[in-house]
Amino acid sequence: MARAVSTRRMAVATIAAWIVALIIFFPILYTIITSLKSEPEAIQGFNLIPSFTLESYVTVQTQRDYFKPFMNSVVLSVGSTLLALLVAVPAAWSMAFSPTNRTKDILMWMLSTKMMPAVAVLVPIYLIFRDTGLLDTRLGLTIMLTLINLPIVVWMLYTYFREIPGEILEAARMDGATLWGEIVYVLAPMAVPGIASTMLLNIILAWNEAFWTIRLTTTNAAPLTAFIASFSSPQGLFWAKLSAASTLAIAPILIMGWFSQKQLVRGLTFGAVK
Amino acid sequence: MNVRTLLLGTCSAALLCGYANAETLTIATVNNGDMIRMQGLTEDFTTKNPDIQLEWVTLEENVLRERVTTDIATKGGQYDIMTIGTYEVPIWAKQGWLLPLDNLGADYDVDDLLPAIRSGLTGDDGKLYAAPFYGESSMVMYRKDLMEKAGLTMPDAPTWEFIADAARKMTNRDEGINGICLRGKAGWGENMAFLTATSNAFGARWFDENWKPQFDQPEWKNTLDFYIKLMNDAGPQGASSNGFNENLALFQQGKCGMWIDATVAASFVSNPAESTVADKVGYALAPDTGLGKRGNWLWAWNLAIPAGTQKAEAAEKFIAWATGKDYLKLVADKEGWANVPPGTRTSLYENAEYQKAAPFAKMTLDSINAADPKNPTVKPVPYVGVQFVAIPEFQGLGTTVGQLFSAALAGQMSVDDALAQAQQVSEREMTRAGYIK
Repeated sequence: MARAVSTRRMAVATIAAWIVALIIFFPILYTIITSLKSEPEAIQGFNLIPSFTLESYVTVQTQRDYFKPFMNSVVLSVGSTLLALLVAVPAAWSMAFSPTNRTKDILMWMLSTKMMPAVAVLVPIYLIFRDTGLLDTRLGLTIMLTLINLPIVVWMLYTYFREIPGEILEAARMDGATLWGEIVYVLAPMAVPGIASTMLLNIILAWNEAFWTIRLTTTNAAPLTAFIASFSSPQGLFWAKLSAASTLAIAPILIMGWFSQKQLVRGLTFGAVK
Repeated sequence: MNVRTLLLGTCSAALLCGYANAETLTIATVNNGDMIRMQGLTEDFTTKNPDIQLEWVTLEENVLRERVTTDIATKGGQYDIMTIGTYEVPIWAKQGWLLPLDNLGADYDVDDLLPAIRSGLTGDDGKLYAAPFYGESSMVMYRKDLMEKAGLTMPDAPTWEFIADAARKMTNRDEGINGICLRGKAGWGENMAFLTATSNAFGARWFDENWKPQFDQPEWKNTLDFYIKLMNDAGPQGASSNGFNENLALFQQGKCGMWIDATVAASFVSNPAESTVADKVGYALAPDTGLGKRGNWLWAWNLAIPAGTQKAEAAEKFIAWATGKDYLKLVADKEGWANVPPGTRTSLYENAEYQKAAPFAKMTLDSINAADPKNPTVKPVPYVGVQFVAIPEFQGLGTTVGQLFSAALAGQMSVDDALAQAQQVSEREMTRAGYIK
């Protein structure tokens, strides 16, 4: 039975939630505000009311082509997510439903690769990409982003799959389901919220990845992270232009996140109440 | 098939072949005003050279430096032309990473390049390894009205003593006026560019002839003591976070009496569209202490060809266009003489129209000529470079020492502690790198 909550308590909780949300969202909001200022105004200090000039957006549009890096970002984030799921779903299935003594160790080892600083392997990876002709290609970067995010994808899916009773899969097997059928027709539909949220999170991670996407590309495969990086200037004011470029770069992913927030929250809290 | 179809087909095939034969040059560059302007004017080049196409990769300075270093060290071949600084050119040329620019053309007039800039880009074999796109030194930019109010007159070649006295007299914290704005943000190209150049005027040096670090010598203590006391008395709040852009904004808003920084800043502070004090700015040489060296640096952004490129001939053609005399005229015709990239050619400073459009021209030239990268210090040194030491280890070491000095400015450690730690890390790094046996 649900506990009765007083109106006052509810109001306090709502205000607290709004404050927390505002604090989290504030850097993005301030980026948008700064993008609507003139350059001298942007560097003058903290100011929440811009002059609402669009000159930075005009400059950004005239200086660089937005469409090509945008398309690269879409291809790289969606491509790497699909590829990661293709590998991670069977991997997480085997770890969740046929664990061995070493499963926990493998999971920990996979996670430990995320703890290594990326710059430590920059030169070896660069040489591999150079020798295989993958430098500045969408394919090369898709593979790279898949590998970077794979540990997180496997971990998330593993956690969701563990919440699904193994007996259901056993029943499917008793009814003659093949391994592929078991994963596609029984496991996947039950884990849709988990898979969807993993997918969304992975798209966001791949969209925002800046270290490798800047270092392994030049012109053909450079995504929006490289587009943003091109507006930082060592001599001359650039805050408003940089903010305008950032706003343009994060807008698609922000809109996608907004529309899919229900799915995202559902997936992230999947299995929290059992 | 009629004649018209045949003609159309032939033309299309010719166009396709032309496109297929076109070489694409990939150029890595930084996002500076002059570079962006060049990108907008490349139609002039591609019209004259229809078989060459251009692709630009613009990155933040530090990312660009790291990115092109990785590519050139691994011979990745991703770039055909790189924008690199005066610091990299001698080091990379020595490593065999850059191609010499032997075929810039008969009308390029290499002797017109400013001698100080050219010498920094010339290898031990006497060949030019990069062509300067724009060059700069450092100088004093000051508010004429505030100087007058303080009852002082700025000499053309001031001493540090005069600058410090003027800064303290110009400071009016109630009105938000700081007597002087200087770099404090940590980094080998930020506070250490300024402090290394300043230390030259105080008789200090990074290393003696045997590569032994010199931070334990009185000259460095004098430099750092002087700088920190001056900044505490007359500098802006939070100066340890201020680099070029932050000081530029402060000066443009009328919050600095003086600013000692890159000569290229003169065009920003004197531009009425950006600066509230555009008509009140005067210029003077960087100060000295009477020991024979001025605290002014020398820097140029240059175009160079990495050894890994397959398109060296086309790349050299582009460099000859971008750094040639005709390019300066092209910019002048399209955007006015004040917007011409400065600090590379003698002929520019002899041009009456340029002198008229850029009141800071003479001081820029004098500042560049006053810098001597091969003899930067009062005492002899084994290295080249005014505001840096042209060895590969300097990037890391310069930034570490810059962090210590920035912490001293912020009051987080004493000058003595900062110098002692700088000496310790420098000795360790130089021993590890094999300079100290």
